[in-house]
Amino acid sequence: MSMQIRPILASLRKHRIPAILIVLEIALACAVLCNAVFMIGQRVSDIRLPNAIDQAGLSSIEVQGTDPKQAGDDIPRNLAALRAIAGVKAVTAMNALPLTNYTWNGGLSTHPDKDMLNKRIVGMQEYLYTAGGGKALGLKVLQGRFFNADESAGSKLDSFMPAGHVVLITQSLARKFWPHGSAVGKMLYLGDKFSYTVVGVVADVLRPNRSGQGEQSFYYSAFFPLQPNDSALSTYVVRSAPADRDRVLREGIKALSTLAPNAVVKGRTFSDIRDKYFADMRSMAWMLVLVCAVMLAVTAFGIVGLTSFWVGQRRRQIGIRRAVGATRGQILGYFRTENFLLSTAGVLIGMLLAFGINLYLMQHYEMSRMPWYYLPTGAVTLWLLGQLAVLGPALRAASVSPVEATRSA
Amino acid sequence: MFAYYLQLGLRSLRRNPALTALMVIAIGFGVAASMTTYAVFRAVSGDPIPDKSAQLFKPQIDNWGHQHGRTSDEPPNAMDYTDAMALMRAHKAEKQTVSFPIGPSLIPADSSAMPINVVGFATYADFFSMFEVPFKYGGAWPASDDAQHASTVVINAKLNQRLFGGSNSVGKSINLEGHDYRIAGVTDNWNPQPRFYDVVNGGGFSTPPQIYIPFSRAIDLQMQTFGNNSCNGPGGRGDSFADYLRSDCVWLSYWAQLPTAAAVASYRSYLQAYAADQQRAGRFHWAPNIRLRNVMQWLDYQKVVPPETQVSLLLSLGFLVVCLVNTIGLLLAKFMRRAPEIGIRRALGASRREIYAQFLAEAAMVGVAGGLLGLLLTALGVLGVGLVFESQIARLARVDPALIGLTLLVAIVATVIAALYPTWRASRVQPAWQLKSN
Repeated sequence: MSMQIRPILASLRKHRIPAILIVLEIALACAVLCNAVFMIGQRVSDIRLPNAIDQAGLSSIEVQGTDPKQAGDDIPRNLAALRAIAGVKAVTAMNALPLTNYTWNGGLSTHPDKDMLNKRIVGMQEYLYTAGGGKALGLKVLQGRFFNADESAGSKLDSFMPAGHVVLITQSLARKFWPHGSAVGKMLYLGDKFSYTVVGVVADVLRPNRSGQGEQSFYYSAFFPLQPNDSALSTYVVRSAPADRDRVLREGIKALSTLAPNAVVKGRTFSDIRDKYFADMRSMAWMLVLVCAVMLAVTAFGIVGLTSFWVGQRRRQIGIRRAVGATRGQILGYFRTENFLLSTAGVLIGMLLAFGINLYLMQHYEMSRMPWYYLPTGAVTLWLLGQLAVLGPALRAASVSPVEATRSA
Repeated sequence: MFAYYLQLGLRSLRRNPALTALMVIAIGFGVAASMTTYAVFRAVSGDPIPDKSAQLFKPQIDNWGHQHGRTSDEPPNAMDYTDAMALMRAHKAEKQTVSFPIGPSLIPADSSAMPINVVGFATYADFFSMFEVPFKYGGAWPASDDAQHASTVVINAKLNQRLFGGSNSVGKSINLEGHDYRIAGVTDNWNPQPRFYDVVNGGGFSTPPQIYIPFSRAIDLQMQTFGNNSCNGPGGRGDSFADYLRSDCVWLSYWAQLPTAAAVASYRSYLQAYAADQQRAGRFHWAPNIRLRNVMQWLDYQKVVPPETQVSLLLSLGFLVVCLVNTIGLLLAKFMRRAPEIGIRRALGASRREIYAQFLAEAAMVGVAGGLLGLLLTALGVLGVGLVFESQIARLARVDPALIGLTLLVAIVATVIAALYPTWRASRVQPAWQLKSN
């Protein structure tokens, strides 16, 4: 093969422009491909983000338009009605659920601070739930424990912060506050008025939407107990076996609509909530996949077109080579090597370009850095594509008969 | 002569249909990808109220300062009740309004029917004329209704259709959360996108509001905002609604109509003076920090156009460039294959310029075909985006004459640009050499 490189280079020098065009095409395709695949990868990992609640078994029923003053009677009555449905394992009333875009943000710090000048306040989602909510959601306790009955019964809202003194936090939040050592038993504060003891650390649960900076902050969630008498608790969460879920949800909606005829009652399964939240991302990922596929096809056809032209132009030279003893395999090898050289030049430029585009996007559009392995992966893809595209024209070249040498062009 | 070139071009394109199809497909796909994303981009970045966007201003007053761990130098993006009411009372602008989203349940007259959730705004009478809300029946409530805290309501045409079968319902009543409201007007279809007047809630793209009631009435009834509420500091909302109104929680959207540069300047100095007064009174412990942005500045500041859309627009442009380079290669292959033919034409007396014109005409035909294919694919793409994407944004993208024209233009211009080099090469063909080797 190496024997052939010099004549190939000589020939490429003569056909400089078509050669440059192929290199340019491969370079651009490589650059766009790397960045597009990187974006697809980010979408897919977003869609698959773990969320440590019983996602398959949960449904939520939203009740709106009831008298807030009646909440103390309504909530226990509604919870009892839901609990009575066959197949229901656990129920709780909450202020919000993950991925619903209904946020309830707060900020806590490891030190009490009257004026809250503390720069170490960490923003987080506050989930409030009634007794047994941890089990109903299917939270996974990693350290410590759930709230006990006294803690749940004793907590009411005091200007939008729970007045109870206990909190459950996610693992990511625990690590943010205490990078070393256990969080259980430690204290968290809001100003100097509210203080909470961390009674447990649970596996990561997503917030209602992505807010704040960085991947990890999507997991900054804290859970507080609340007694069932506040109108903020308008989301009823019902847990059942996945097989019972749809029926339980239907019956639940019916039960709550009967109890509150003037209220607006709406229900969704958690799977639907999650699907809806990520629907745009999924569509975007598919669109990018489509763009990539079409682009690769266009590039491949471009290589086919240019190489065919090339082969057509050199039929006579190929004939001469065949006449002086070159085998079909050698002719095939010639065109494949030529394509390999062009592809190599293309992907080298392409990788640089891809890196540059990524830097530009990072600077202007809050994209993250592309991991290095996207570059060689994109390069290998285009190499293979080039070899595949050149195969047809190269085979046609190999089938040129030695007689061509005797014909005038 | 040009018609003859087109005829020649058509003949030549027919001679190798595979290569021609490849070029047309490459251009078609490239153009369609960039035009589809452009349609989405255009939908989200347009001026929602072109004739007035330079006159409508969003005042912001920093009522938070750097207290409670806050580090941003920008004032909050909404207003607290105290400041909003002070500005409203001062009445320094030609027109002004304060509003917040509400989501009451509407109790149907027929007691057997289920109540429905409706969304809308609690606002002032000026809202309708400031934002050019069109009316089908009736009109905005009179300003006196604001002063008298009247139970009056404006509903949209769709709700009117649902409740009154589309008939003129002005003067009739609807029941919201147990209170009767007299209908003052029915709006015609109105849903400017992005929803500049309420960007903070719903990211700027949401379903149209169904009802509007006087702000003063909503406050009397202690209606809670259906949108965002942000409080800074441990005080939070306080215990009662009165505490809430006194708190520094921001939840109100204020807009002022300032028709001239002089009005803008004087309003700016009024805001400055107001904030200075608050500092003197001891309410603000920091120097006045105010902003006054018009509609487009506000949308830009709120980053209403999602970065996603911009990135995919860039990506599609990259794709178009790949397709163009590809077309250059294919055209080159096609034209150079015809070197003998060019040689003969040149020998028979055709000038370089004529060769140039001939091949450019052929390329332009490829461009037109690519443009038509691109148009078809763009229409499919826009339809697909509308069907597949969940968000409000996607539903705004549409094919209109401007997009059709642009698609064809981009396709033809792109192809002609791609053809410049191959055509130049074709016109450089040495007739003598071609004739000799034949």
